[in-house]
Amino acid sequence: MLRITNGQVHDPANGLSGEVRDVIIDGGTIVSAEGLPQAQLDEMETIDATGCVVMPGGVDIHSHIAGAKVNSGRILCPEEHGSHVSARTAITRAGCGLTVPTTHRTGYLYSKLGYTTAFEAAVPPLEARHAHEELQDLPMLDKGCYTVMGNNHLVMQVLSDSDPVRRKERLRDLVSWLLKASRGYAVKVVNPGGVEDWKWNTGAADLDIPTPPFGVTPRQIISALAETVDDLKLPHSMHLHCNHLGEPGNLATTLATMRNLEGHRAHFTHLQFHSYGKTPKGGFTSGAAEMAEYFNRHPEFTCDVGQIVFGPTLTMTSDAPMEFHLHQMRKAKWASGDIEMESGSGVVPMTYSPGVLVNAIQWAVGLELLLLIKNPWQIILTTDHPNAGPFTAYPEIIKLLMDADYRNSWLEKLHPKVRRYTCLFDLNREYTFDEIAVITRSGPARALGLANKGHIGAGAEADVAIYRIGDDKRAMFNAPAYVLKQGEVVVRDGEIVRTVQGRTLGVSPEGGERLDDELTETFDGYYTVRLANYMVEDEYLDRPEVVPCG
Amino acid sequence: MTTHDNVVCTFCGCLCDDIEVEVRDNTITAVKKACAIGKNKIMHATSDPPPISVRGVETSVDEAVEEAVRIMSTARNPMVYGMSSTTSEAQREMVEIAEITGANLDNCSSYCHGPGVLARQQVGLVSCSLGEAKNRADLVIYWGCNPVEAHMRHLSRYSLQPKGLFMPEGRKGRKVVAIDVRPTPTTKRADVFLQVQPGHTFEIASVLRALLNGVELDFPDGADSVAGVPVEAWREVVEMVKKCKYGVLFFGLGVTQCRNTDINVEQVARLVQDANRHTRFSAVAMRGHGNVNGTNQVMSWLTGYPLAVNFSRGFPRHNPGEFSVVPMLARKEIDAALIVATDPGAHLPKDAVDFLKTIPVIHLDPHRNMTTPWATVVIPVAPVGVAATGTFYRMDNVPLRLKKLVDSPFPTDEEVLKTMKEKIAYAANN
Repeated sequence: MLRITNGQVHDPANGLSGEVRDVIIDGGTIVSAEGLPQAQLDEMETIDATGCVVMPGGVDIHSHIAGAKVNSGRILCPEEHGSHVSARTAITRAGCGLTVPTTHRTGYLYSKLGYTTAFEAAVPPLEARHAHEELQDLPMLDKGCYTVMGNNHLVMQVLSDSDPVRRKERLRDLVSWLLKASRGYAVKVVNPGGVEDWKWNTGAADLDIPTPPFGVTPRQIISALAETVDDLKLPHSMHLHCNHLGEPGNLATTLATMRNLEGHRAHFTHLQFHSYGKTPKGGFTSGAAEMAEYFNRHPEFTCDVGQIVFGPTLTMTSDAPMEFHLHQMRKAKWASGDIEMESGSGVVPMTYSPGVLVNAIQWAVGLELLLLIKNPWQIILTTDHPNAGPFTAYPEIIKLLMDADYRNSWLEKLHPKVRRYTCLFDLNREYTFDEIAVITRSGPARALGLANKGHIGAGAEADVAIYRIGDDKRAMFNAPAYVLKQGEVVVRDGEIVRTVQGRTLGVSPEGGERLDDELTETFDGYYTVRLANYMVEDEYLDRPEVVPCG
Repeated sequence: MTTHDNVVCTFCGCLCDDIEVEVRDNTITAVKKACAIGKNKIMHATSDPPPISVRGVETSVDEAVEEAVRIMSTARNPMVYGMSSTTSEAQREMVEIAEITGANLDNCSSYCHGPGVLARQQVGLVSCSLGEAKNRADLVIYWGCNPVEAHMRHLSRYSLQPKGLFMPEGRKGRKVVAIDVRPTPTTKRADVFLQVQPGHTFEIASVLRALLNGVELDFPDGADSVAGVPVEAWREVVEMVKKCKYGVLFFGLGVTQCRNTDINVEQVARLVQDANRHTRFSAVAMRGHGNVNGTNQVMSWLTGYPLAVNFSRGFPRHNPGEFSVVPMLARKEIDAALIVATDPGAHLPKDAVDFLKTIPVIHLDPHRNMTTPWATVVIPVAPVGVAATGTFYRMDNVPLRLKKLVDSPFPTDEEVLKTMKEKIAYAANN
C-alpha cells in the first residue's frame, strides 16, 4: 500500500477543496483511509506531499494523437522534428516532434504534465486498425478513440429509410456495429454532410441542405445520432464538431445546432472555433458572450474549448474541406485523404500570431468561453491538439486562467483592435485550483462517463498528479512533483521514472452483432475491402477494458 | 480440405482481400481469384526455404539468433534495412532494434517510391482511398505506371472497370489518360495515350500546372511540344481535368525514379493540389511490395520520419542520402547489416552487394534467394499472409490483417526479431 500524506487534496467530485487528507492506494485503486490503524499507516510507503496539491490524473477528452491523419502530419513536418527530440534511455524509447510527437514521446509528454488518460478524437472505421496500432505504441496513458460517423454512407442510407420505427432500430444497430467494428469509444460527428459534399466540390453544408446520394440533411444526421447515442446509453454523449468551423458568423449555425439538440446529451468540441460573430464587412468578432449565455442555460450540454496557442502548429481534422480552405488561404503544404463511404481528412501547417487580428480574436474567444461559462463542469480544457496548439501548452493556459494580471499583460502584445471585437479584458474571473481540477480531470471524466477516473475517492483508479504549489502556475503545472499511474510512481519532478502500458477503453452497446442485409449489399458493392476483413480484431488491443453503457 | 475465404494477398500494394485458398494436409492446393503473380506467390509460399545457417554451416534457429545478436551488439555502425514484405508488427521490432544498437534504419522505398514520400514532406499530397476511385472517378490518369502487368487486378478491382456508387456504368463512365515513355498493356486500355520522351516529368507537370492556372505559354514556332507531345494535347488533358467531377492520378516509378526524383513528384503533387481549385482530384502512389507503405507508416509513428533514419545519437535523425541504404553501402560506411523481408542480392547495385559480402549480414527471408548464399546468418521464416499473421498497409493506407493458413516449421519474422531485440537489449544493459 502507498500513502500520499500532507497534501492539499483537490478532488471536486468528492467535495474536497484543498483539505489536507491522506490518499491511500492499494494496488491500482484508491482505498478509504478510514478504519486503517495508525500503526499500519505509519509503516506504509509514503509520499510526502507537503506544500503540494493532490489531484486526480488529467483526462484529455479531445486530442489527435494516433492514426492515419496524425501520421500523415508527422510525414508532412520533418522540419519541426529535428529540434524536439528525446533520446532512448534505460526506460524510455527514442522519439521526436513538438506538435505531432512520435507515439511514445506523446505518452511521455502527457505523463510529464500529470495526464493519465487521453482520447484520439477522430477515427474512420476503415482506418481504425492503424489508430489502434499506434495506440499500442503509446505508453503511460489509458486511451481510446472516437468513431467518425457524420458522413458515413451507411448511416445516411439508414436515415433515408422512410419507416420511422424501422429507421430508428436500424440506426441503433448500425451505430453499435460501427463502434464494435472500429473498437471505438464514442460517436464522433465532424461537419455532418459537409465532408461528403466536398467530395463533389460543393460548398459548406448548412443544416437543412440535403447531401447526395441519400438526400439526408445534416440536421437529420445529428438529431438521429444524438438520439441513438442516448438510446444506446453510451457513456459519452455524441461528440460533435459542428458545420462551418472557423468561419466568421458561424455562431448562428452552432446555436441552431444546439437548439436542435436540446433535451439530448451532446458534447460540442473545440467550441472556440464555432463561436464567431461577424462584422458587417464579414470580419471576425467574438461570439463567446452569446454562446456562454446560451450554454449557461443548458446544463445538458458539455463542450471543450480548443484554446488557441500562439506559435507554430499543425491543423489536422476529418473536416477535409476546412483544410482545403486553409491551404488556399495560407498557400501552405496540404495533405488530404478522402476515405471511401466514410469520411475524409486534411492536414495543413499553421502559425497563430498575436499580432494577427483574427488569431488574437480566436485566442480571446477561447478564454472568454472559459471565463464566461459559469459551471466548470460544462467546459473542458483542450487545444484540440494540435489544431489550436500542442497539448504541452496546457500549463500556459492554466496560468492565463488563474492569473488575471498575467492575462491582462497580454493586451499590449495583441493586435490593437482586439478590444473592439472581444470582451476578454473586461473579465476579472480567476480560476481556483478546484476549477482547474474540474476542467482538466473531473469534468472530462464525468463527460466521458468514466466513473473511476477524474476523482480520488475510494474505489477510483489510482491515477494521481501531485503539483508543488508555486506563484507561477505555468511552472507549477509544467513539472509535477509526482505522477502516479495505476498506483505506481511514473513521474518524479517532471521526469519519467517508470514506463507503463495503459488500457484501451471501449464500449459494448446492445445489438449491432452484424450488418443488416440491405447494408451488407451496399458494403459488398461499394467498399474495396471485404466485410469479413473490416472489423478490428482483438490483437489490436493490448489491455482492453469495456466501459459499461447505461 | 479447408477453404479459406477473404484471404489477403501480400504480393503488391493492392492487397486484394477476396482470395480463396484451399488447404489440404497443411499444404496449399488451390488459389482462386488472385492474379497470376499472387496465385503463384501463395501457392509456393512455403517452398524452397533456405537452410538455417551461420557462415554457410547449418545450425539451429537458437544458435543463428545468438550469432545475429552477437553481430548486432558488437557492430559500431550497423544498418537495419528491408521491411517491405513483412508485417508492421515485425517492422516495429526492427525499429526498436535500430534504436538499441544506434543503427541506421532504412526501407525499400528508399530506391522506389521514396522520392514520392520526400515530396509529401515538402508539399503534402491530396489522396484518396481506392474505393473513392471506384465509386467516383470519372477521370483516371495512369502516369509512369503499368498496373496491367505490375498490379494486375488494380484496373478490375479499383480503378477502371468496377461499377461504383456514383459510377454505375463502370468503365464506360470514365475517361482514361495514360502517360508513359512506351506503349504498355496499360496504355492500350486508355482513351488518350501520351507517349513522352524519358526524363521530362518535371517539365510536363510544370506545363500542366501553368495551363491549369491560366498562365499564357509562349512557344516559338515549330517548338510547341513538351516532352515530344504537342502542347495542344496537354491542353486537352487540362480541359479533361477541369471538366471531370472526380479525378484520380495513379503514379508509378516512371514518375518517382525519373531524373530529379523527388522534385518531379513535388510538381505532380502541386498539380493535383491546383486541380482541386477547379474540381476534386487525388493522387495515389502505386506502391509495389505488399507492405512497403507500412514501413513508411511504422517508421513515421515511431521515429517521425518515413525512411533514412539514424539512431547513433540515441534519438532519430533523418537525412536521405546520408542515411539511405544505397549511398551508405556505396561509401562503405556500415559494418554489419540486419536485412529482413527483402533480397538485396537481387535488388541493389552490384557494388553495394559486393560491399555487403564483406561485412556480417543477417538475413531473414522465407525463401532461398540471391542473398542467402552469401549472408553470414540466414534464418528462414514463416511466410506472412500464409503461415504468419499480422498487419499490411495497402497503397492507399488502408490496413488489413493477414491470415495464417498453414503451419510453418519456422518462426515468424516478428518472433525472431522480438527474441533478438530482447537479447540485444539484455546485452546492452549488462
